[in-house]
Amino acid sequence: MMIIQKNHIRGLASAGKRMDGRKEDDFREIKIETGVIENAEGSAKVSVGKTEIIAGVKMNIGEPFPDRPDEGILMTGAEFSPLASFEFETGPPSEDAIELARVVDRGIRESHMIDNKKLCIAEGEKVWMVFVDIHILNHDGNLLDCAALAAAAALGHAKFPKYDGEKIEFGEKTDKGLPITCKPIAVTLTKVGEKLLTDATFEEEGASDVKLTVTTKDDGNICAIQKSGSGPLAFSEIEKAFEISVRKGKELRKLLE
Amino acid sequence: MAREDGRKADDLRPLVVKAGVIPNANGSAYVSLGKTTAVAAVYGPRPMHPKHMQVSDRAYLKTVYNMVPFSTKERVRPGPSRRSKEICKVTRQALEPAIFLDKFPKTRIDVYIDIIQANAGTRTAGINAASVALADAGIPMRGLIASVAAGKIGDEYTLDLAGKEEEATDCDLPIAYMPEEEKITLMQLDGDISPEDTKNVVKLAIEGCKKIYAAQRKALEDRWVPEVKK
Repeated sequence: MMIIQKNHIRGLASAGKRMDGRKEDDFREIKIETGVIENAEGSAKVSVGKTEIIAGVKMNIGEPFPDRPDEGILMTGAEFSPLASFEFETGPPSEDAIELARVVDRGIRESHMIDNKKLCIAEGEKVWMVFVDIHILNHDGNLLDCAALAAAAALGHAKFPKYDGEKIEFGEKTDKGLPITCKPIAVTLTKVGEKLLTDATFEEEGASDVKLTVTTKDDGNICAIQKSGSGPLAFSEIEKAFEISVRKGKELRKLLE
Repeated sequence: MAREDGRKADDLRPLVVKAGVIPNANGSAYVSLGKTTAVAAVYGPRPMHPKHMQVSDRAYLKTVYNMVPFSTKERVRPGPSRRSKEICKVTRQALEPAIFLDKFPKTRIDVYIDIIQANAGTRTAGINAASVALADAGIPMRGLIASVAAGKIGDEYTLDLAGKEEEATDCDLPIAYMPEEEKITLMQLDGDISPEDTKNVVKLAIEGCKKIYAAQRKALEDRWVPEVKK
């Protein structure tokens, strides 16, 4: 990104303005559509402005981890498809894709969104494995919040496939949903100039060197945090980020109802 | 409340910091916190190859976090994992704010961190060692970066979680901190904890970082003051 453009965006932020006229803590328009992939046990397409992400949930049966014999398994992956941005390239998952998947995973896991014990079929032998895969369709900033929302929406609408005790009939869904206990919401604050912006666009992210993602639960508790970017943060900025994330998290959670 | 190793809630594990432990490297350091042991080595600034990866206005910082196969109770498979790739990234971004990378355009600075033995807090031990190694290499920095995790066990905010405490805590919150500038350069959290408690855990971790910072300075003085006096 050109320095003149970065300086313009920072200048606007310092004056309390943004390129698209939003306020500091405004999200762009959010659209959530569930059940978009018939072959997946659960799916959601979420757009935040021009950022667009599909999350798909697939399930299978497998052996539990030896240290948690009575719990199901959750795995979250992310793919930054090169069709979504000039920044993305083919090949194994990039550092950014791995980080995004792990931060989304942490939000789901640490909030206990899914009651893992209810995914156990036979202790130490058979448990349900739940795979959440995040696929970016178009990158216009704030991938993490959009991905976390898509993952939560897809899990919320997922239905178990038919299982007769021996084999799974993929494609034949039951009406039984996953044991959902709460909805974790990620809100990322991007520091531009001296301001913390909510839902930064691709250009705003280019003018920033640090962001903080805070994932909150329905009860307002924090279940995941990740500082990302090459810049530092002051304690006062972290305090402010907590306040905004809890408040915006409540607003976003309503969209999942 | 007594901790399994008899520490108070705001105590660090026994801390050892040494600078200049790897003769071949431009700078290096050893850090142990209890049983967790990290060694870091810095090579560079040196020419950046391949050339297309050169950055025209600053040095390219590369960090590699590596757990040695015998470092844990169950053998770690050699090579990068998803976990280690994320740690490489957050480690790099924890160190970057401290280094004047713009003094060395078109070069690379490599920071290699080996975890020789792991018992909780490996990423923070690695950052502590890396920061001392960078200073030992004579790379101009705004300050040292110190790093430690804290949490909350029962009603008590607890510093430098070790062993089974990682399971008992409400949250595991590692930070990295630059005392000279009073800035946080790494922050992560797993857990389930209120924002108020989180702030207090961060404050405790900052106090822990200040203690580590003192040991880091001492290690650099022990390494370099006699050299200067020669």
